[in-house]
Amino acid sequence: MESIPWLILGLPLLTAAVIHLGLKKNQSLSALVSTCSAAVTLALTLVIVSKGSDLTGSFNWASIAGFNIEIGYEFSQMARGMMLVVTGVGFLVHLFSLAYMKEDSALARYFCGLSLFMFSMTGIVLATNFIMMFMFWELVGLSSYLLIGHWYQKDSAADAAKKAFLTNRIGDFGFMIGILMLWGITGSFTFSELATGLAGHPDHSVFFLGIAILCIFAGAMGKSAQAPLHVWLPDAMEGPTPVSALIHAATMVAAGVYMMARLFLALTPEGADLATLIPAFTGTTIAWIGAITSLLAALMATQQDDIKKILAYSTLSQLGYMVMAVGLLDPEAGMFHLFTHAWFKALLFLGSGAVIFACHHEQDIWKMGGLRKTMPITFGAFAIGTIALCGVPGTAGFFSKEHILESAAHSGQWVLFGIAALVACLTTFYMFRLFFVAFLGDARSENADHAKEVGLLMSAPLILLAIMAILSGWEFMGGKIAPLYKPFEFHPDAPAFIASVSAVVIGFLIAWKLYGSTKEDPLENKGVFKHFRNKFYIDEFYAKLVGYGQDTVAAFVHFFDELIINGLIVGGFSRAAGGFGRIFGRLQSGNLQGYAVLFGLGVLLVIYLTVFVS
Amino acid sequence: MSIILILIPLIAAFAIMAGVGRAKSVATLAAAANLLLGLGVVFCWKAPIWDISFEVLSKPSIHLALGFYDGMSLVMVILSVLVLFTAVMSGRCPEGRERLWYSSILLIGAGGLGAFLSTDLFFFYAFHELALIPTFLMIGILGSGERKEAAWKITIYLALGSIILLAGLVWLVSASGSETWLFKDLLASSISADAQSGIAAFLIVGFGILISLFPFHSWAAPAYASAPAPVAMLHAGVLKKFGLYGLMRLYPMVSTGMQDWLGWLIVLLLCNILWVGFVTINQKRLDMMLGNSSVMHMGYIFLAFAALIEAGSFEANPIAKPAAVVLMFAHGISIALLFMLTDTIRRKTGTVELAELGGLAKAAPRLAFLFGLAGMASIGLPGLANFSGEVLVFLSGFENYKGEALGCVQVATILALWGVVISAVYMLRAYRQTFQGPAVDHTDSGHVKDFGPYCQIPAGILAIALLVVGIFPNSLLQFMEEPETAPTEIEQASN
Repeated sequence: MESIPWLILGLPLLTAAVIHLGLKKNQSLSALVSTCSAAVTLALTLVIVSKGSDLTGSFNWASIAGFNIEIGYEFSQMARGMMLVVTGVGFLVHLFSLAYMKEDSALARYFCGLSLFMFSMTGIVLATNFIMMFMFWELVGLSSYLLIGHWYQKDSAADAAKKAFLTNRIGDFGFMIGILMLWGITGSFTFSELATGLAGHPDHSVFFLGIAILCIFAGAMGKSAQAPLHVWLPDAMEGPTPVSALIHAATMVAAGVYMMARLFLALTPEGADLATLIPAFTGTTIAWIGAITSLLAALMATQQDDIKKILAYSTLSQLGYMVMAVGLLDPEAGMFHLFTHAWFKALLFLGSGAVIFACHHEQDIWKMGGLRKTMPITFGAFAIGTIALCGVPGTAGFFSKEHILESAAHSGQWVLFGIAALVACLTTFYMFRLFFVAFLGDARSENADHAKEVGLLMSAPLILLAIMAILSGWEFMGGKIAPLYKPFEFHPDAPAFIASVSAVVIGFLIAWKLYGSTKEDPLENKGVFKHFRNKFYIDEFYAKLVGYGQDTVAAFVHFFDELIINGLIVGGFSRAAGGFGRIFGRLQSGNLQGYAVLFGLGVLLVIYLTVFVS
Repeated sequence: MSIILILIPLIAAFAIMAGVGRAKSVATLAAAANLLLGLGVVFCWKAPIWDISFEVLSKPSIHLALGFYDGMSLVMVILSVLVLFTAVMSGRCPEGRERLWYSSILLIGAGGLGAFLSTDLFFFYAFHELALIPTFLMIGILGSGERKEAAWKITIYLALGSIILLAGLVWLVSASGSETWLFKDLLASSISADAQSGIAAFLIVGFGILISLFPFHSWAAPAYASAPAPVAMLHAGVLKKFGLYGLMRLYPMVSTGMQDWLGWLIVLLLCNILWVGFVTINQKRLDMMLGNSSVMHMGYIFLAFAALIEAGSFEANPIAKPAAVVLMFAHGISIALLFMLTDTIRRKTGTVELAELGGLAKAAPRLAFLFGLAGMASIGLPGLANFSGEVLVFLSGFENYKGEALGCVQVATILALWGVVISAVYMLRAYRQTFQGPAVDHTDSGHVKDFGPYCQIPAGILAIALLVVGIFPNSLLQFMEEPETAPTEIEQASN
């Protein structure tokens, strides 16, 4: 039993290595090996989940004089639920990819990247300490970089991959500072020792603890694409669609939320209240960053035309939701939403993948239409994903969203509550806009007209995910397998319930009114909607910042380096050389003095004669 | 016995100069033998059989003393034999210059090995000088581009650095009152606090110039860009570590004096990381970018040194020295691999101008993979050696932080961490420009050939070294256990 987690962690890495070193030539075998490996890790995870016991194990990665950094695993309840998401969605995405990517000329490289991702993500979930988590954190960044840049010959894909990596690096800059500070404060990196470490250093500065947590949160902002580091995620849609479903919707981008939840739970001793341990500004800042991200992304999503971009902004918005829950010091609610969101967002992405596949790589929703008739299974699955994301009562999304609204109401932060309710409304609006335009009406392009329902390899994952999109929120299922589950209590007069139901109704009605039967967007380039479409010009601003800021500074520094360091100081040196003779005169040991001068001059002379006189 | 490690390349170099055998075969054979011996030593480096010592000069008392002084020497020797072998194997010698080419490479390797194996301060210094001469010659005679200017510059700088260093060393020995120049005698003696400060300044500047510490760094990038690839590999990979090794080795003698310069050192090392980091971003040529990146990364090793100085002794910050050693090793391997691959790119496409390169990954996937691996290593991707070193360096910076306001070393560590972002910027830009995007016609036939199997051997060896140390840093850290227990073991054995 103790060796199973090592197998779950090691098998995908082994698979990636075998494919890279030995199977590059045999594309279909690589795909098969990788998919089998994903199936085995899912099966092993199910074994562990069914046993339901906590497992731990570790070995020393680096040890110096009594100081150890460990690589290990910790299969707690939270890790089990998260692993189920990673291996479950992971396996379905592997299956889907077999069909979706079968024409690709670099299939082996693609599946190698997927296996590498499965390895890295597993490492994050199972990590026992912050250094290990940081290592795998960077490695998921690498696999994301490789998979976004899968079609690296396209400039846009290569640029998007680079942007994703660099934006994450900025977050990780903060993350590492936070880890170091927290290490100083608690004396440990290990999650299980943080609470005792904190109690053991009662004279630590609470302020610096808050700063340390916010620095760690910067890492989560990078990985979970929180504003202002959100810009990489929409661009990451340049990667193949199954990758978007797995990495940029269900698992990796949620890692920030997972990490913060782990941190908060680890800091809280049994029976204590987290709010008394950390300064108030920490949680408030996190919650506001989540809320702002959530709102901005939802507004941007209302005016996108690319089916994947809409879903990407929706992911941003939902991640903001989860982060807000974490900031409200309710990590259970954040984790529960992470769990349900993983299934229905993966479903929506794979559904959009099926649509894109059937429409010959058409991604513009205005060139689709009428897919209800030609692709009934995809239509049904997508419909279920849509209502789950909107939080229609009875679906998984309803239960988890309800908890977040509830914790906002509970904390008395009514502005945050208002933002959350508005975002819920916007979510319903933009999802039904997508749904009406892409699936209803008549086909608006040749490609959409010729669309055919996808085969079993692609529809089976959709059906399974659709089932999870409904059931994963219910107690009989979510209560057993969710990383952290909170039972739902029905109060028809609670503000959270009223807000969430009315948000869905209002959002749906507006979407129906505007997009129920239209051939073009009635809001396009009108007033404020133009800014939504242009993503509030944040990307342009950053491009200018990099161009005028960083690159100008670099050019300026380089110029000065050449001019001053190279020019003046080298010149100064040759003048100073004369002065050194006198310094030598003061030194004592007589023999060596001459030796030294001869040695130096000799070298110069030899070089001069050989190189320059010849 | 450890003299064999120096004699093999030395004798081979003289044999090649004398025209014995085919230069390339002799050199490859010698470097391979050295590699095997160097790796074999790992299992028995503590055995006394490796130590030799005999007096060559009685007043002052100078010994030709060689051996593994501690684990740091061993790690540097492993680095040297790895880079020497791969440099011999991977370089492409211009027609008709085989004797100069291979004998110089072997001499540089022998000098580097000699410096790391010396347990006498004089020979430690002299072996490094021995290695510099062929370095200058190779750049001046067989370099490319602005080779004469680059050679002249590196010669002036390093000769000057060496002289300042020698002055510092002479002062150090005379102030210590030690009878010999042996490390063990020197480290057992003590120096008055007044003298320490001055000596420390000489050591920082002298070694600093050799390590390309800001503002003495401008020799490095042009020299590496002009140098023949094996020379760039050996100097950036091995010889530049001489200065850091020396600082770590002599540190206990001047631990108080160093503290006077801590503030200055922190400013300079941050300039290495941030200032030179920006300079690196602005480079337009792959080889210049790598040369500058190598300068930049020296800042991290200095950071570990600064943490050590602040703590006051090896015991007060036990992470600093192992951190520096792991990073020295990692940087040496990764920069050697990068220079090797850049030379391959130059040979295959005829250019290293970033603007003229593009889309190479399609035609040369193996080259792209190896370059990606080495580049990722150099920007500190976990699982590759540099990360192991960097994370330990950062930890050493926070070793003595206890949750209060941040001290100067912690602030320096935080600023240095921004360098991790900077290095990702220039490395990914270069990779993006060179290997990704639409393919560019680089050659007349428009077809670039991938890495052949012969080139894969040396590149593969370095890549494996990066992976081993990245995945199991304990593979190096096990040698860094301080030998405090060793004497008691011997005592017990004698009882």
